[in-house]
Amino acid sequence: MIEIVSVKRDTQVKNEMRLEFKAISENEAFARTAVAAFVTQLNPTLEEISDIKTAVSEAVTNAIIHGYEGMENYDNRVWLSCFIKNDVLDVEVRDSGVGIENIEKAMQPLFTTKPQLDRSGMGFSFMEAFMDDLEVISEPGHGTSVHMVKKLGTASWIEEE
Amino acid sequence: MDEDFKVIDNYLMIRMPDEIDHHKSIYISKMADKFIINEQVGNVVFDFERTVFMDSSGIGIIVGRYKKISIFGGKVFAINADRQIKRILQLSGLHKMVEIME
Repeated sequence: MIEIVSVKRDTQVKNEMRLEFKAISENEAFARTAVAAFVTQLNPTLEEISDIKTAVSEAVTNAIIHGYEGMENYDNRVWLSCFIKNDVLDVEVRDSGVGIENIEKAMQPLFTTKPQLDRSGMGFSFMEAFMDDLEVISEPGHGTSVHMVKKLGTASWIEEE
Repeated sequence: MDEDFKVIDNYLMIRMPDEIDHHKSIYISKMADKFIINEQVGNVVFDFERTVFMDSSGIGIIVGRYKKISIFGGKVFAINADRQIKRILQLSGLHKMVEIME
């Protein structure tokens, strides 16, 4: 199982939270709402909350429908970790599912292995667009970890530019 | 939920839910297809008035329906989309296949 340990005992971490939940689609809304609630302590703008919710929703949906593809009858779990360092949010969404064979290909816009399910293939593109940093670690058979970073409080000076 | 789907002339009007994600999208796509096939509607209008959240699953719903009706010359419209939804439509290049109306 893949785990990002580097951020763990970091003294700069001001706050952190971890969740473990069943990999079922009902929990997509729960996961993004939980992160949105956790991040309110950074006084995010509505747009920032919306960006974070979308990115988390994409990552969690991927874990549920792609990560555990063909393993639907098992008690699958998704792990979600959030860290706050200064005004930076760090989110990690991890599954112990099938993993991704070709990460580069999976991240291409419009690429999907499930067009029959109306998947748009825009998941990773949205994560990239709405967060500041995205890292995907995966190995076939050993799960996937999606690590996203967003700096909050930048909206005001971006709009001024 | 059925009252969120209405046929007016040749248009299927879909009142989208407050949050559109993968969990909700399965039902919306299924219902929409039922109306497109059974009622033979040519065009689809997505009404986002209630919608406060949408991820790429929403794009999947729209593209999927577009593929089904555009072969017969049908059109897809989006109405009452807020700033965030417009941003998502634009980011996915959907503004080329969907007419976004104010």
